Amino acid sequence: MSTSTDLTLAIEDLTVSFDGFKAVDSLNLYIDKNELHVVIGPNGAGKTTVLDLICGKTKASSGSIKFLNKELTKLAEHEIVRAGVGRKFQTPSIYENLTVFENLEVSYPYGRTVLGSLLFKRNEKVIQKIHEIAKEIMLEDALDTESALLSHGQKQWLEIGMLLIQDPQLLMLDEPVAGMSVKEREQTGDLLKRISKGRSVLVIEHDMDFVAQIAQKVTVLHQGKILAAGHMEKVQNDPKVIEVYLGH
Amino acid sequence: MSFIYNKLMGGKQGFVGFILLALLVLVIFPLCLDLFRLNLVGKYLTYAFPAVSLVLLWGYGGILSLGQGIFFGLGGYGMAMFLKLEASSAANTAIQSTPGIPDFMDWNQITQLPWFWEPFNSFAFTIVAILVLPAAFAYVIGAAMFKRRVGGVYFAIITQVIAVILTVLIVGQQGFTGGINGITDLRTLNGWDMTSDSAKYLFYFINCALLLTVIVISRFILTSKFGSLLLAIRDKEDRVRFSGYDVSNFKIFIFCFAALISAIGGAMFTLQVGFMSPSFVGIVPSIEMVIFAAVGGRMSLIGAVYGTLLINFGKTAFSESFPELWLFLMGGLFISVVMFFPNGLAGLWQDYGHHITDRFKFITRLFKRKESLPLDDSTKSETAS
Repeated sequence: MSTSTDLTLAIEDLTVSFDGFKAVDSLNLYIDKNELHVVIGPNGAGKTTVLDLICGKTKASSGSIKFLNKELTKLAEHEIVRAGVGRKFQTPSIYENLTVFENLEVSYPYGRTVLGSLLFKRNEKVIQKIHEIAKEIMLEDALDTESALLSHGQKQWLEIGMLLIQDPQLLMLDEPVAGMSVKEREQTGDLLKRISKGRSVLVIEHDMDFVAQIAQKVTVLHQGKILAAGHMEKVQNDPKVIEVYLGH
Repeated sequence: MSFIYNKLMGGKQGFVGFILLALLVLVIFPLCLDLFRLNLVGKYLTYAFPAVSLVLLWGYGGILSLGQGIFFGLGGYGMAMFLKLEASSAANTAIQSTPGIPDFMDWNQITQLPWFWEPFNSFAFTIVAILVLPAAFAYVIGAAMFKRRVGGVYFAIITQVIAVILTVLIVGQQGFTGGINGITDLRTLNGWDMTSDSAKYLFYFINCALLLTVIVISRFILTSKFGSLLLAIRDKEDRVRFSGYDVSNFKIFIFCFAALISAIGGAMFTLQVGFMSPSFVGIVPSIEMVIFAAVGGRMSLIGAVYGTLLINFGKTAFSESFPELWLFLMGGLFISVVMFFPNGLAGLWQDYGHHITDRFKFITRLFKRKESLPLDDSTKSETAS
């Protein structure tokens, strides 16, 4: 099965079981370059587990995850990140005691070893990059704000920015608009469209309006298996999907 | 210059705090206290090393070690072993059945110096051992724990258990370690009388210099990206891991560095107090060190020193008059720190310190006036010409 492809992500036969319960069951999922792929599904469908498997938080029972033809299932979490996979958690995971600037600086992909971090210098290049990212995530005016004081939506953007500064080839977002206002949702949708240029993005989402706004390709998960996949309209009209998910 | 000011001193506030502390320990204490009290302060200041190490480890890194006494003890025992060998020359121990070995070995029917004591005949080896062995031991513990993601309460309990094991080992292996009494009767360092006044003064100042150096190096660590990462690891360990960092390496490093600092304190303790015993290794001293850091303010390197001094002054003053009450008082103090002022003395200073500093504003005003005078002159001369 180990074929060489030009896909960003190729998941094949991926299975993980917790005490016999198969949270993800022989899953196949492919993500192309520059693709914005959305995974939807009811609670307990195994969406977050898929992200956990890709980023190494959970170890697969069997199957393979290939990222740019590199097998990820054997790598440690930080090695997967360094290979170019970024993951945003469902609840905003930012360093509340640090300022927005420091949050981005800590995420800057240099000085990642103990010695490197001790000798890390905040030079012009770093500052410029941080400003660039802050502008992208609409937080340029809040650079010196302690990040605990940001609104919920801004915290989500900051975490996305912390991933962007590492310039990942694959960006995975777990429910990025949960708890956001209508306006923030729109802004986040635009942000996702902007940042999906030049990289692949994998989004897990509950909010169907938001999915319709951003999605190119949609995969519906149900009980660890793929129920349907394809374009949004096609998936929305699939009777199986309507039954398990959209119908109620 | 700005590197020294910002990175080593921590900006204006850190710089002022550092200078005040240096003045207190290097000038005010030696001038105001007699040698007996100064020696006592010197002893307290050796406890400040593990307290400072806990600020890094616990305050910033969120790793609560209830076993800093382990490393304090290892440093202290390393120094004590060297001094004991020097004190046990064949001439000094001629009345023993085996002359030339430490007295407690002779009492325990040991007739030959154990192999691990041999290298401590060398002063150079001893210094290297004090700096390397505790850090190496911390590396072993740290690698075993942090690589397996053991943290929080479990880590605290395990460090505590190791402290107990080490104490039991020292007490049980009386012939090799001096047992419960520890290693006593240390007199000379390279032939120089340690109990002389000049030696006591010198050790005091070396101790202060080392402590201030440790604070400066710690400040450098905290103001670097490593420092931000420590805080980040404390708050959101997973986020740091999924930002491409091998979190365990960072924890191991700070744990080893904390061990190194504590060991220096232990070695200076032996030099100033003249003995080392298991009562500075176990759970009680280790927890006391945590209390020093907590009372001083667990986020403040300098606060930890004041916390150590305050508690120990209190301990001496109270235990002279009410020996039974002291432990209750210290327990009460710890609880009140946790409940009412979680940032300790440093936090109180941050919140209420300006009431005091405002009264001294006139000093800075005086300086400012002096600075502004020549400026006025120059503007006058300009208008005149």
